[in-house]
Amino acid sequence: MVGIVVVSHSAKAAEGICEIAREMGGGGGLEPVGGDPDGGIGTSPDPIGEAIEAASDGDGVVVLVDLGSAVMNAELAIEMAGVDDVVIADAPVLEGALNAAVAATSPSATVETVRESAEEARDVSKV
Amino acid sequence: MAADLDHQCDLVVTALEAVADRLAEEKSTLTELDSAIGDADHGANMNRGFQAALEQVSESDADDPADLVKTIGVALVSEVGGASGPLYGGSIMSASQELEGGITADSSVAFAETYLETVESRGKASVGDKTMIDALTPAVHTYKKSIEVDDTEPLEALAKAVDAARRGVEFTTPIRAKKGRASYLGWRSVGHQDPGATSTFMILEELLAVAAEELDGDLEGEVDAEADVDPAELEGESDESGPTGETGGGGSEAESPSEGDD
Repeated sequence: MVGIVVVSHSAKAAEGICEIAREMGGGGGLEPVGGDPDGGIGTSPDPIGEAIEAASDGDGVVVLVDLGSAVMNAELAIEMAGVDDVVIADAPVLEGALNAAVAATSPSATVETVRESAEEARDVSKV
Repeated sequence: MAADLDHQCDLVVTALEAVADRLAEEKSTLTELDSAIGDADHGANMNRGFQAALEQVSESDADDPADLVKTIGVALVSEVGGASGPLYGGSIMSASQELEGGITADSSVAFAETYLETVESRGKASVGDKTMIDALTPAVHTYKKSIEVDDTEPLEALAKAVDAARRGVEFTTPIRAKKGRASYLGWRSVGHQDPGATSTFMILEELLAVAAEELDGDLEGEVDAEADVDPAELEGESDESGPTGETGGGGSEAESPSEGDD
């Protein structure tokens, strides 16, 4: 199935977002990753690359990100990882992960359909 | 040629040591700048990354400056973190290929240009966004023009570039941040010097010092030194000024990019 990686500046936040998403999405293929090389708040490409490899089973991977440097480090990780068909979703990280997790459970899911579902979360009103 | 390349590799190491020492000394200054308008980790991140680069370069058996410079980029990508890792490290990795065959005036200009282009494409920041781009752009443009249009000797070209970078750092203080973590502060970012522009300037200043030592004030020929220097650190360009590096203000980190770093 299509894998999902959640990148946050906080490893705890990434883990929590995945916990929420797993409730809806059956739990498969969701990999949280976060923190800088010192374990503090931040992002770093090497662990993101490892998460992408862990989430991949050959059907591609959709990456959710929180803030700007997460985008840059995810881009670098994608360039350096040996996984094909990895895309970053331009979506709010929590709602996007939830949508992606649900979309990934469809038998006809592809990287594109999962990314589109994640990006639909940009238009959801809360109040 | 081989002896030449060996010498260039030694210069890359010398330049890296100078930059790493400078960033270690300035760790608290950079962190202070980053505390004002960022996430207060720029000094620690840059220091961690350059110390790791020193370690990895010392274990490298690369015998050509391009490979050695690439090693520096790889270390920075893995160890700096935040936006500065991909911006500084990723750009050095990309630009290092311009040094294949050795460091010359021409290859150092190509290195500087590719470095700038990579920072721009990864960070998506422009001049005036209050990021490292504000120091880097004038430095690279000045270096290229000095070498290619004015036929200036490399050492003098580098001195002019450092001076241009210094003015770029000063320019970041009175403007509002549009990229990086500092942009979240909106108008409150005005009046603080950008940390990323500042670290870019400091690096260039160290490259100049190493180039001056190597070229001994006299240009020619050994352009390599200059180039070397440049590569070793992130950009090959810049302009002069001596060590002073100071500037002060605060900033946003080397990340011009899209957001801030971490």
